Amino acid sequence: MIEGLTAWFPVWRRNFLVWKKLAAPSLLGNLADPMLYMLGLGYGLGGLLPAVEGVPYLNFLAAGTLAYSVMNSATFETLYSAFSRMHVQKTWEAILNTPLTLKDVMLGELFWATSKSLLSGIAILLVVWALGLYGDFALTLALLPVALLTGFCFAGLGLAVNAVSPNYDFFLYYFTLAITPMILLGGVFYPPSALPVWLAAVAAWLPLTHAIELARPLVLGSIPDSALLHALALLGYGMAGFSLALRLTRRRLLK
Amino acid sequence: MIPLKLTRLTKRYHGVAVVDGLDLELEAGRCHGLLGPNGAGKTTTLRLSLGLIEADGGAVELMGLPLPAQAAAARRRVGVVPQADSLDPDFTVRENLLTYGRYFGLTGREIAARIPALLAFAGLESKADSPISALSGGMKRRLTLARALVNDPELVFLDEPTTGLDPQARHLIWQGLRRLISQGKTLLLTTHFMDEAERLCDVISILDQGRVIVRGSPRELIAAHIEPHVVEVFGDALAEWTRCASAYCRRCEQAGETLFCYTDAPEAVVAELEQRPGLRYLHRPANLEDVFLKLTGRDLRD
Repeated sequence: MIEGLTAWFPVWRRNFLVWKKLAAPSLLGNLADPMLYMLGLGYGLGGLLPAVEGVPYLNFLAAGTLAYSVMNSATFETLYSAFSRMHVQKTWEAILNTPLTLKDVMLGELFWATSKSLLSGIAILLVVWALGLYGDFALTLALLPVALLTGFCFAGLGLAVNAVSPNYDFFLYYFTLAITPMILLGGVFYPPSALPVWLAAVAAWLPLTHAIELARPLVLGSIPDSALLHALALLGYGMAGFSLALRLTRRRLLK
Repeated sequence: MIPLKLTRLTKRYHGVAVVDGLDLELEAGRCHGLLGPNGAGKTTTLRLSLGLIEADGGAVELMGLPLPAQAAAARRRVGVVPQADSLDPDFTVRENLLTYGRYFGLTGREIAARIPALLAFAGLESKADSPISALSGGMKRRLTLARALVNDPELVFLDEPTTGLDPQARHLIWQGLRRLISQGKTLLLTTHFMDEAERLCDVISILDQGRVIVRGSPRELIAAHIEPHVVEVFGDALAEWTRCASAYCRRCEQAGETLFCYTDAPEAVVAELEQRPGLRYLHRPANLEDVFLKLTGRDLRD
């Protein structure tokens, strides 16, 4: 039984070994895109804005950038990379011929995507520290578990999308219908209070909103309101996504 | 112990039985062939035998363990060479073996100790640190075979192991398989190449429409189901020959522009054909392919 609990580890390790070979460009990619957004908008747009919620716009933007960077990393890993392994390279099929089960394979993918996205979160956190964009250093350490939960959430959801994708093009639907709206409505660029009431009510349900509700106060130096609720929401979305993913993938590969 | 025992196995897709009451029992230490036209249920039978899919009826026992309940434990003692290439393109030859061994719960040290013998078996010693993209098709197949041996399995499943290979590469794979047989491993091989099955297999089961229609050694099957000689006849004067051929041979079958004449006494047929200038012929002993075509028909199955 103990063995059953860690059976996914060789799958995680396989992905880690591949990543290690390309770690430098991968880390750069993780960092460059969100950094450009944060610094470009933070300095460029921020220069035109008065303080947002009492802090410079760049400081305000940091938490959203962290959350969305983690989301992107987990999403890309569970869509494009996992799809390559599942559908194109037949890596999953090869593993299923060993004692490992589909659940082991997918747990390995889930935890790998979570780990990789945590690394994206850490990269942004380093910048936040370096530029002194935080209110209270001790509180920023709590961003690590927040990044972990956020990564877990979007890895679970991503695997569910992966399970029903006939090809790479299909992922555009998920980006257009889920990821982009979350970036625009979830509070990355402005406080949700700026939205009309009905739209803010919708946005409150989005997973990314929960992540930012946790991350933003932690960056700016206060303890988040309803922290447990937001954490449970992220956990719930991730677990629901994963259990759906497992059922759909079983139907796809093992019928 | 019986390495694999399938009893009254049934699997239906959309109401159609792809595997339909199939019985199969492997003998330890022998090479078994599973032949059948496309759609006969070979791949589904393999997937059921590994516990990857659940049967609608019947029972599977792999390495003495009931499936799917104990599939993972049973697969620990089994190797699989899948039909499609599934080597890890991001890894070198050595890393492929190392990573695959870990899926069996082996430690890095245990696998490292096995890798030299696996590389030697596959003839890939000089390629240990090459990326997969640097391997030829034959090398990839040999590596896939070596990968299937990383857990030192007692039973190895091979799903069309030589499809798409050139003759040199096929012969190398055959040598490898013969070595496994001599080591006492049990093999279950699916193939579309009758010469391959005839060369390697001790026991052959021919599948059609989801069940085993005949079983026996290649010689037994040929002796039991087909006349010992075949004369293939083709040429401009075929129509005329077709009308009178039954006087010279026991059974004739036309396929396109060729008439296959099956006979116990080829001399009479050949002597007669020599008299007919408009015809060419090929006289050969009957083989497994003749049996296969007789039992499963000449119609395309795709």
